[in-house]
Amino acid sequence: MNRLPSALHSDSLHFGLVTLSPLILLAAVAVVVMLAAAFYRHPRPVMMLTLAGLVLSFASLFLPQGASPQVTALLVLDHYALFFIGLIVVATFVVTVLCYRYFGGDESRHEALYILLLLAALGGGVLVASSHFASFLLGLELLSISLFALIAYPRFAERPLEAGIKYLILAGFSSGLLFFGMALVYAQLGTMQFAKIGTMIAAPDQALELYGLAGLALIVTGVGFKLALVPFHMWTPDVYEGAPAPITAFIATVSKGAMLALLLRYFLMAEAYQSQSITFALSLVAVTTILVGNLLALLQDNIKRILAYSSIAQLGYLLVGFLAFDPLAIEAVAYFLTAYFVTMLGAFGVITVLSGGFNDGGSDGFNGGSNGVAERDSDRLADYTGLFWHRPWLAGVFTAMLLSLAGIPLTMGFIGKFYILTAGVEASLWIPVIVLVVGSIIGLFYYLRIIAVMFAPVSQATTQPVMRPIASPSFGESVTLAALALLLIWLGIFPAQLIDVLEGTVVT
Amino acid sequence: MILTALIFILAAGGLLSWMADRWHPGAAKWVALATAGIELVLTIWLWLQSASAMALPAHGGWLAETRAEWIPRFGVSFHLAMDGISLILVVLTAFLGIVSVACSWTEIQTRAGFFYFNLLWTLAGAIGVFLALDLFLFFFFWELMLVPMYFLIAIWGHENRLYASIKFFIFAQGSGLFMLVAIIVLVFVHYRSTGVLTFDYFELLNTAMSPSTELWIMLGFFIAFAVKTPIVPFHTWLPDAHTEAPTAGSVILAGVLLKTGAYGLLRFVVPLFPHAAEHFAPVAMALGAIGVLYGAFLAFAQTDFKRLVAYTSVSHLGFAVLGIFAWNPWSLGGAVMQMIAHGISTGALFVIAGVLQERTHTRDMRRFEGLWSVMPRLAAMGLFFAIASLGLPGMGNFVGEFLVLMGLYDASSVLASVAAVAFVASVVYALALVQKIFHGENTHGWQLRDLSPREMATLCSMAAITLWLGLYPQPVLNAAPNTENSPPAIAVAPHEVNVE
Repeated sequence: MNRLPSALHSDSLHFGLVTLSPLILLAAVAVVVMLAAAFYRHPRPVMMLTLAGLVLSFASLFLPQGASPQVTALLVLDHYALFFIGLIVVATFVVTVLCYRYFGGDESRHEALYILLLLAALGGGVLVASSHFASFLLGLELLSISLFALIAYPRFAERPLEAGIKYLILAGFSSGLLFFGMALVYAQLGTMQFAKIGTMIAAPDQALELYGLAGLALIVTGVGFKLALVPFHMWTPDVYEGAPAPITAFIATVSKGAMLALLLRYFLMAEAYQSQSITFALSLVAVTTILVGNLLALLQDNIKRILAYSSIAQLGYLLVGFLAFDPLAIEAVAYFLTAYFVTMLGAFGVITVLSGGFNDGGSDGFNGGSNGVAERDSDRLADYTGLFWHRPWLAGVFTAMLLSLAGIPLTMGFIGKFYILTAGVEASLWIPVIVLVVGSIIGLFYYLRIIAVMFAPVSQATTQPVMRPIASPSFGESVTLAALALLLIWLGIFPAQLIDVLEGTVVT
Repeated sequence: MILTALIFILAAGGLLSWMADRWHPGAAKWVALATAGIELVLTIWLWLQSASAMALPAHGGWLAETRAEWIPRFGVSFHLAMDGISLILVVLTAFLGIVSVACSWTEIQTRAGFFYFNLLWTLAGAIGVFLALDLFLFFFFWELMLVPMYFLIAIWGHENRLYASIKFFIFAQGSGLFMLVAIIVLVFVHYRSTGVLTFDYFELLNTAMSPSTELWIMLGFFIAFAVKTPIVPFHTWLPDAHTEAPTAGSVILAGVLLKTGAYGLLRFVVPLFPHAAEHFAPVAMALGAIGVLYGAFLAFAQTDFKRLVAYTSVSHLGFAVLGIFAWNPWSLGGAVMQMIAHGISTGALFVIAGVLQERTHTRDMRRFEGLWSVMPRLAAMGLFFAIASLGLPGMGNFVGEFLVLMGLYDASSVLASVAAVAFVASVVYALALVQKIFHGENTHGWQLRDLSPREMATLCSMAAITLWLGLYPQPVLNAAPNTENSPPAIAVAPHEVNVE
């Protein structure tokens, strides 16, 4: 850490800057948006600026790379990192579009939300590119702190506040564990660079001793909290339910995806997978995560909670691929994560579109008083009764997303599950593979339950849901959801295009 | 190309009829009928084309083939091929497609566009299953046909439709996942021994593996097909699904979807794992024989018309399982015959049940009596297909069951005599059915419309086919897998394949 870039030679610095441009652009846009919001407080231009910044950052991923992807000891922007940064940027783009109407459109003052989203995306980008404990920590805190504020953004409403505080406490706790783990690893090995940890462990006489092992266990625990793996999953349903729907989408995708990508890189670079006990513990965690996530989802009546447990189970599936620790595992995880991003964004996107959302109280009395705060999102199962017959497109998109989560062909979820199973079988992980199959069977129950509700006849319209009829989705939302659904099906039928990209994403 | 067209015509027709319903209510069924009609014409044309080719062993039995790259990363290709057994099942599928559109003509009044979309997509998936020769592609279609079928039951089904549809879906999808794992394991076993990553059927034939591995992989396949066929301990979804589905759904389920299970046993389980299948054959045959008897006995105990017919399916398909695992020319010919004849005769019984349900809103046989005097045409048809179902000589089912028993006698005389008992049991349930519904006094005072010309045409064509199968079964038997010598002979080595 005390070593500055190996050479401050202007050329290498220049290349370094070019290589870093996706992250630098994200940071710069956050600053620009903040200034813009300070001088001209109108959500629409601020949102447009945010979207433009995200597009710029995404475009910069395709700039010619410098000689070495390693920029300082902290960050490495190899294909692996670039792929996940791309995924995060696109997901942030989608969430930004979803937020606009949900948070009141032009009538409310929610510019700060976009700054927070950009910062959280930057945190996620730093996480996936980090190759050092220091950058790990930086990225993590940037992401977490932005998320506290994002979850509790509708500060007049009770549930988001509650969810925000829950998340704050648990994220703080898990960060504490994580840092302690890092400290223990550092205490034993004297380095914080992933690659160096790896070479030290490879040296036979420096095998992980008690400190190192405890440190690794604490790191896995801390990351486990963020990923909501069982038994560290308790916060997930409450936070998912309480957070505003688009923000839930963000937590489910960007936050989890970035952490998982980081964990995989750490395990591969620091050769942590050589520790038998840790991999055993992880496979145990994978098995319980799949079973508990799926079983608890059966008991829920709230769609956001069902999706929360479903996302727990999906992370369990991911771990099965993760445990294979070979190039195929990286591909499998990357494909499954992409499918998971598309699916979760689509599913929460539909919930967002159906929900009234929160108005920031810019004009009092709007939306019938009470500061324009909606009681809750449209997240009860009953809200979706017969949705297919009066909102066929929305219900169709939602059905496609649920079928993808269930792993039915024609969707990305099927190819993703196939990838994971292939990686698991190749590594002879029989028990996790069988549990994955059993978990998927259990999972069918609750996905079919939602689908059955959406396709139920509307005859019992007498029990009109308590929600007021909701304005039709904005143009941006419709286009976004349609694009997600098309992508889901297109890559489910022709996965070869994405696979070609993924084959290049090898951790160096 | 023709094979791809067979699938895409149905898929496109499904989309079209959904759209058509929005533009002009009532147009959906015409579009669906036209689609199924085109499909049938195409398949019959194929059959006539290939009638001579099938007799020639030089072709290796393969009539047409299409192959295209799909997911090169895993050696997955879009590989379709058709031999006699595929052809005959595709013809059956197309014919039952028309039947199911015809029997939904007035039954389906709500959301007709979406109904026909699901119907045609189920058929497209089933045809894909019958044609796919890449294991990944096969699994793709295998799962694909479940979703529209689920919607057919869940939206247009009867009282208990939610329970039945979810049970159907979970049984089928769950067992399918075990097959997916087995497929992947098989592919990796092959990859480790040859260094070639491929899902192609021909490449995977004759994969060298240890006996225990072979047995485990085979069981993964077997469970998926056993659920679909159904073989007895895995059959519990079937009575519910068949009973609750709308008429067209029951016809497709019994006529086509069950056949995909038997087809899987025939195409994949035995050829891919000849040794394991040989070891496992006594167990499978015992299960088949149990199914034959169990289905027949339970059928007799039912009061619900459709449930009764559903249990007869368990019994009839038990014969197909027996025939497949006995694996000799007689029994295989019998198994294929049984699959086709069962598709037609059971389909017809479901159509009759549907007609009754549409007019009386009940399927409870205790509430019918003496319908012969009110609906003579329907009653005559009912009698005809009940007799066909019990296996009267001269009808297709008889040929199938007789050939199976004849072949089975070679393999196991005990099981053959056990299965022969089913002839008695089936007489009991079939005649009880006729007696309860059509004979006696019309004590309930039913005043019902007899069959309309549309229904009459549907049932008459099915009756004609049943008679044709019984009187001149040779065309179907020609299409049955040719087992001149040992079991793996069904699997033609790749170099013998004659690409179109």
